[in-house]
Amino acid sequence: MNVSQEAFRAGILDPDRLAPVGLCNPDGAQATKRFDVYRNNVAVSLSDALEAAFPVIRKLVGDQFFRAMAGVYLRKHPPKSPLMMFYGDAMPQFLRRFGPAQSLPYLPDIAKLELAMRRAYHAADAQTLDPQVLGALAPDALLASRFRLAPAVQVVKSDFPIHAIYLANTVPEAPKPVMQPECALITRAGFDPQIHLIDAAAAKCICALIDGSPLADTLADETLDLGVTLALLLGQSAVTDIY
Amino acid sequence: MFDQSRDAPLPALPGVGYKPQHYADIIKDPDPVGWLEIHAENYMGDGGRPIAQLRHLAERFPISVHGVGLSIGSEGDLDPDHLGRLKHLIDWLNPASFSEHLAWSTHDSHFLNDLLPLPYTETTLAKVASHISQVQEALGRQMLLENPSSYLAFAESTYSEPDFLREIVTRTGCRLLLDVNNVFVSATNLKTSPQAYIDAFPVEAVGEIHLGGHDEDKDETGAPLLIDSHGKAIVDPVWALLDYTLARAGPKPLLIEWDNDVPEWGTLADEAKRAARALSGIPA
Repeated sequence: MNVSQEAFRAGILDPDRLAPVGLCNPDGAQATKRFDVYRNNVAVSLSDALEAAFPVIRKLVGDQFFRAMAGVYLRKHPPKSPLMMFYGDAMPQFLRRFGPAQSLPYLPDIAKLELAMRRAYHAADAQTLDPQVLGALAPDALLASRFRLAPAVQVVKSDFPIHAIYLANTVPEAPKPVMQPECALITRAGFDPQIHLIDAAAAKCICALIDGSPLADTLADETLDLGVTLALLLGQSAVTDIY
Repeated sequence: MFDQSRDAPLPALPGVGYKPQHYADIIKDPDPVGWLEIHAENYMGDGGRPIAQLRHLAERFPISVHGVGLSIGSEGDLDPDHLGRLKHLIDWLNPASFSEHLAWSTHDSHFLNDLLPLPYTETTLAKVASHISQVQEALGRQMLLENPSSYLAFAESTYSEPDFLREIVTRTGCRLLLDVNNVFVSATNLKTSPQAYIDAFPVEAVGEIHLGGHDEDKDETGAPLLIDSHGKAIVDPVWALLDYTLARAGPKPLLIEWDNDVPEWGTLADEAKRAARALSGIPA
């Protein structure tokens, strides 16, 4: 009996299936527990990868909940690539529909934040723009400029206090989150991604800059404090060039 | 066929699987470790600390790139994107060695993150040989292929594993990575003799040896079932099998693999010292 890799794969991900016929113990009997070794290796390794990717989610829901949830996730969304550093990118959508997680409606956005932190960690290194280059520009020239931001720079917007929840679960003595919408900016000046609380106006401006809009077109929100926003970007080595 | 004499091959010294938490210790005092092995897939990001550390380490140590995601034993085609990523890494790093596994992990674009077994038949032999030739062609270099840990047997197999590997070497000109712990695990699980496996193995093609720890379990009949976990110290019977292997094969680069429950550097260095002692009496 030939065992196809399709049958093997299907058996690995479905614990209720019998092991494919043609897989044997040393005495020739049909393998059962020996096939479970592979099942277990796959489930544990993928679950471990999710734990490494989502430490804050894990802290929020507890180990037992996380393991059970990971078991559902890995069968619904097995990896499509051997790059385990990026496994879990469907977690925000998954959590939005995962029944047992509905009482924590901020989880999908926390998952987005954790994914963004991972992407930032592995993002390409970037040259930093000397802030004096900006300072030397005439106001009109500055407003007409487009900004090239470092590949690590990302914005996550949320209806929930994602920055405060993230901090409360990663930094000792962080203040208790207050239920309010928050936006987070992620930068990486050295090798460690940093997360910064920004207001909605700054988030809108930075997103427009990431999309390649000239600075003048990112200022529509009158509550925007452009000086603070640019100082944050420049101070965090987030700007690589202007053009 | 590819040139076997690279500028700087792996030295016949102990090496360790590199873990970022050991970075400072390795830079300070690597003794007796003479080279490092990395998992290719962990260094396929675009930048950041992993790549920077690897660049730095590669200035000081010969590096062996060990792939875990190419799925050379796939029934289907190799993933061209993944092969491209691998080529990019090999091109900029120019490592002393590249190795992969006689196993599969991807089917129908699903990656299972484990080294899954294949039967040893004429069909799989032709497929694996063609994949290895494709990899060597793409990378422009010879690769090493590692023997797997087996937990079960395929009724359809018509080749023994050493014969299958010998035939792969003949057809592709690749070399072999002999994992002595895998030999011990497989032989125990399949109730064969590990020494007989080594006797049958084409040791002249071996370019590197792996050593690692395993877990002990039992199958449903109560027969021993060893799991290749890389999570603890290497057991004495595996060290003894290493001595047996080195006596036949001569000195080889010896890697200590410890991927789970990674210990302090001192514990890993002690394993490397034991590997150095195993090598010390072996005539070149």
